[in-house]
Amino acid sequence: MHGRPRKAPTEEEQEASVVKGAKLRSIQAKFFQFHHTNTYTKEALEVNAKLLEMNPEFITGWNYRKLAVQYHLEAAQSDEDSIKSILDEELKVVESALMTNFKSYGAWHHRKWVLNMGHSSTDRELFLLKKFQKLDARNFHAWNYRRFVTALKNIPDEEELQYTTDMIYENFSNYSAWHNRSVLLSRLLKEEVEGYYPKEKVLTEEFEFVRNALFTDPDDQSGWFYHLWLLDQTVKLEHLLVSSWPPNGSNVNVSDYCALSPSLSSISRTLPLILCFSEAVGGINSSTVSVVCESNMDSNLIWTPISVDKSGLARTWLTYLTFSSEPMHPSRNYLVKVSIANSEGIISSAGFCCSNPSHMAFTVCLPSSNTEFDEGPDIERIDWSEENFSSNQLHSENLGLINSFNELTISGDNKKTYETNAKIIADEIDYCRELLSEMDCKIGKLTLARLLLAYDALSSASRGVQDQNMFQYKEILELYHDLMKLDPPHFQYYKDQYSLVFLKQELANEESLLKYCYQYRDSTSLSNNSLCLCLRGLSLSQIGCIERLLWVQMLDLSNNGIRSIEGLESLQLLCCLNLSNNKICSFSALEPLRLLKSLKVLDISHNEIGAHPIDTRRYLCASPLSHTSDWKREEFVVSGPEMTIYWDAFSIFSGLNLRQLSVTGNPIADKKFKLFLCKLLPAMKWLDDEKLR
Amino acid sequence: MDEAMSYPPIEPANFDLIVIGTGLPESILAAAASSSGKTVLHLDPNPYYGSHFASLHLHDFTEFLQTHSLPSAPETQPSSSGEFNVLPLTTSPVYSSIETSVFSPEILQQSNQFNLDLAGPRVLFCADKMIDLILKTEINHCMEFKSVDASFICEGEEGNLRNVPDSRSAIFKDKSLSFTEKNQLMRFFKLVQDHFGDGSDEESKKISEEDLKSPFVEFLSRKIGLSQKLKSIILYAISMAHYEQDNLEVCKDVLETKDGIDLLILYHKSGGRFPNAPGAMIYPLYGQGELLQAFCRRAAVKGSIHVLRMPVVGLLADKEVGNYKGVKLLSGQELFSHKLILDPSFILPSGFAPSYLYPEPDGGHDFGLLDEKVKVVRGICITKSSLKLDVANCLVFFPPRSLFAEQMTSVRVFQLSSNVAACPSGMFVVYLSTLCEDVGQGKKIVNEAMNALFSIPISGKPEENSTDSHGENTVLGLKPSLLWSTVYIQELTMGAFGCVSSTFMPDGNLQYNNLLDATTKLFHKMYPNEEFFPEATSSIEVAEDGAFEQLDS
Repeated sequence: MHGRPRKAPTEEEQEASVVKGAKLRSIQAKFFQFHHTNTYTKEALEVNAKLLEMNPEFITGWNYRKLAVQYHLEAAQSDEDSIKSILDEELKVVESALMTNFKSYGAWHHRKWVLNMGHSSTDRELFLLKKFQKLDARNFHAWNYRRFVTALKNIPDEEELQYTTDMIYENFSNYSAWHNRSVLLSRLLKEEVEGYYPKEKVLTEEFEFVRNALFTDPDDQSGWFYHLWLLDQTVKLEHLLVSSWPPNGSNVNVSDYCALSPSLSSISRTLPLILCFSEAVGGINSSTVSVVCESNMDSNLIWTPISVDKSGLARTWLTYLTFSSEPMHPSRNYLVKVSIANSEGIISSAGFCCSNPSHMAFTVCLPSSNTEFDEGPDIERIDWSEENFSSNQLHSENLGLINSFNELTISGDNKKTYETNAKIIADEIDYCRELLSEMDCKIGKLTLARLLLAYDALSSASRGVQDQNMFQYKEILELYHDLMKLDPPHFQYYKDQYSLVFLKQELANEESLLKYCYQYRDSTSLSNNSLCLCLRGLSLSQIGCIERLLWVQMLDLSNNGIRSIEGLESLQLLCCLNLSNNKICSFSALEPLRLLKSLKVLDISHNEIGAHPIDTRRYLCASPLSHTSDWKREEFVVSGPEMTIYWDAFSIFSGLNLRQLSVTGNPIADKKFKLFLCKLLPAMKWLDDEKLR
Repeated sequence: MDEAMSYPPIEPANFDLIVIGTGLPESILAAAASSSGKTVLHLDPNPYYGSHFASLHLHDFTEFLQTHSLPSAPETQPSSSGEFNVLPLTTSPVYSSIETSVFSPEILQQSNQFNLDLAGPRVLFCADKMIDLILKTEINHCMEFKSVDASFICEGEEGNLRNVPDSRSAIFKDKSLSFTEKNQLMRFFKLVQDHFGDGSDEESKKISEEDLKSPFVEFLSRKIGLSQKLKSIILYAISMAHYEQDNLEVCKDVLETKDGIDLLILYHKSGGRFPNAPGAMIYPLYGQGELLQAFCRRAAVKGSIHVLRMPVVGLLADKEVGNYKGVKLLSGQELFSHKLILDPSFILPSGFAPSYLYPEPDGGHDFGLLDEKVKVVRGICITKSSLKLDVANCLVFFPPRSLFAEQMTSVRVFQLSSNVAACPSGMFVVYLSTLCEDVGQGKKIVNEAMNALFSIPISGKPEENSTDSHGENTVLGLKPSLLWSTVYIQELTMGAFGCVSSTFMPDGNLQYNNLLDATTKLFHKMYPNEEFFPEATSSIEVAEDGAFEQLDS
């Protein structure tokens, strides 16, 4: 079961196993004969039972039994007695198989299958479970089955919760018991069963309960897992909308953003509208989000989830506002009002509905006439060298655009909940510090870091503001810094967390954010403002805090340790991206780029693409072979033989309209590859330093 | 002599070993000797087994104490018969200051339903040497055990019982320790486990020799930094120190770290040794007396002869040299043997001075025997309600100074219920013991402990209400009231080895370890070339409600 060293078999044991194998083979041969001739006689079933008792893992054996049971049940028609005797026999076979191996999936499944027919008594089941759990209290098969039986018997969740308490009292190193506790409590809390309301009271009690385990044996993981689950329950925010672009209260000159519209040549009076939520949501459409404009605006909005998967859920949603007719007053600003969750159709990934409406508004300035967007023939190459960037003197209108943080109004009820929960977390922080003062404990440090972050989220949510520079960030960063040293096997995880917190700290308010904003030497036609967010050389390994960066059109992430650009897909205004000198290992790691339709300039030079023979991320990426991909067969054929080698590069770049691309300094970037890119991206003007015809 | 008729003659008349008295050491020795192929005759003047280790009905119990609180008159005169001198055999008093209070005379009617231990309180640790011996000799087949449900520590006069956090799950469950204390205590337990761990490669995890020799109390406070509360729990409720350890200069018996952690690890290994015994300690059904009877049965299987109700009046000595030759029974029959073992209440006739005393005087502290002045105070209380609601069998520890400032020894309390057949159903038997030099002081300590635990009815006025409120006392937070109690002083004696050997009185410890060690030592002195029970082991069964059954097909 647990902690038992494996011993090499002795000679006798080996001999015994040879004998057993021979016996098993002969029974198995007999069994297959019956199986292939659809023989379900008593004798055949006995042979099968014997086989399964010897080898409960033999799935074909169980399937045969199911066929046999069906066959006999048909023959028995509706004679209760014979039905019962057929099924009782099955339960017996399962029991003896479980005695051989109580972790056999097939056996447990068969038992469920029989019980689900509803002819057998469930009385014996709990008795049986008690025995199995005595053998191994952590056996998750038994716990799984227990949930099945208790549902069948309609045993109240409270009673089962008490059972987990008893099991935990016996030995708290029981992940299965803690897990079942979390399952049961989730239900009890959701249904607000008497004694399990208010939620805050239950959470406080549970934190105290698990604290006994954490203090008694901090080296045991199971309690920490439960603690993490509790933390997750405590920190859950009810409000969903985090930020938007255009930001609340801003004024946007539509003509500045014409280049960003999906159809370049036609109308220029379109404006992207981006909503960013606190977690992935679904159900954003014109009935859940109403957008009203004083001017004529096409009200039939199509919302797109910005997500690499096809779940239909995304943190960021995009639509294009189209102002169709000539404005009545060209010089006037028109008010656009956005109301979210006016009907309860928005669903989070956790399954709960968003019922707190949020409202925001901004004004738009419409161009007087349709100006054709013109790229111009001579476009300069974007040069990322430092001397081209100057520290920035911001115009006040730009400031408004950067500040995409929503001032959210929180209802009184929620505010109180956040305050209470923040108090719970504050207590946990104190206890965690107490434990750490007693002993050095890696998971304790990690938990403290998570608690501090949670406290920050809750307390700022309860104040309704998000641009607070929290003093705790420094401590959190120190904790992750310590952990990187203390626990080298998990270095990358800590590093990622460090990056996220660091970004949170640096981008937390306008003032510190502005320190990272630079002016490109001259405005380019690519972007209306040549403001560049420059996060270079900060040893980041991951991007975070994207909800504060929706406005970014030019982003420099060079000279970091970035491995993943997850989340970058939310920056729908992004035109120019510098990812050079990072640790990106494959094109599949660049998948979020596929969703950045405005991207024109990309620098991925000096990464590690092609350096590693095995791309561990590749399976995450859509491939021509995967049935979910939206590959077009024609494309595949047209692009020629290089496709078989460069299909992942193809999948990233084929949908983009890049004008400038740097790939040099990656092992993959040889002449052949560059030729392939030229073919793939006909609109490209610059490849590395070379100007293309 | 008319009486002689009632004593049947014993055949044969020659043995390798004659043992007089059926106390635990005598019974183990008889079994061990017969296992080694010796012919053994085992005699006891009483109609029951056990001598000073017996479990007796209430009436027999008080009578036994009375009998052995007075010196016996010789049944025979020094004489000579044939070629031998007959030296009269007498006993010395081993019990004194017996104070018995009957608050509820009805219980005397139920005398036969009690099995009271003379040597209580005493328990078996699942991993101790006695259990190993029980398994080795396979006498577990004729015994059943029950788990001790809980152990408590009692500090302060209110008699509040707090759980002893003696295991990982007990620490988890404990409600009176702070979270930091839980952490400290568990870390200490782990440190001790690591010390005993089989990872011999991890020398750094071993406790240093220097620390092992240091006083345990200093190790706990200086090296481990435990709070007074935790120290007290470990010292007196887990490692079971007899004497107050805080003031090392005046402490009679300083517990060394090595001994302290030995007990701790015994405690730890005991919990969970047998899957059906959840706690660390077990107790035999029908009382401690069962244990020695099992050894006697084992001896009988190997061919020894056991005769009860057979008083021995004198020893036979060689006329010329004065050597031991045999014994003379009350019936007048003379029996001969090479060696003789006497139970500790017998006075060794002056001709047979022991050549060796054990435990050796300097090793006597393990035995509670620091000097001849040390005695054990034992108390027994009978009540109608448990010390703790819903707990049947439990231990309670009073650390030194917990009852009053001058209390220098700890008191051990052991409650047994009818589920081990200690008493009629609905009643509880509670044993108490402590060591003392001064009889008055010793009795004061036990009486104070009784005061702390029980409400003692004003004598002569048995409480009418107490009879119809059994069990409810604890519900209301009231102390159980006494139905019957006794407090007495028991002598501690040295064993002696010579041509005639003598065993020893029950020691002041809660477990059998030292008794068994001393017994083993005596056996090896007597038979230096023999192995002590040369046999194989088996497994133990503990009678538990809802005991584990194998999954039957």
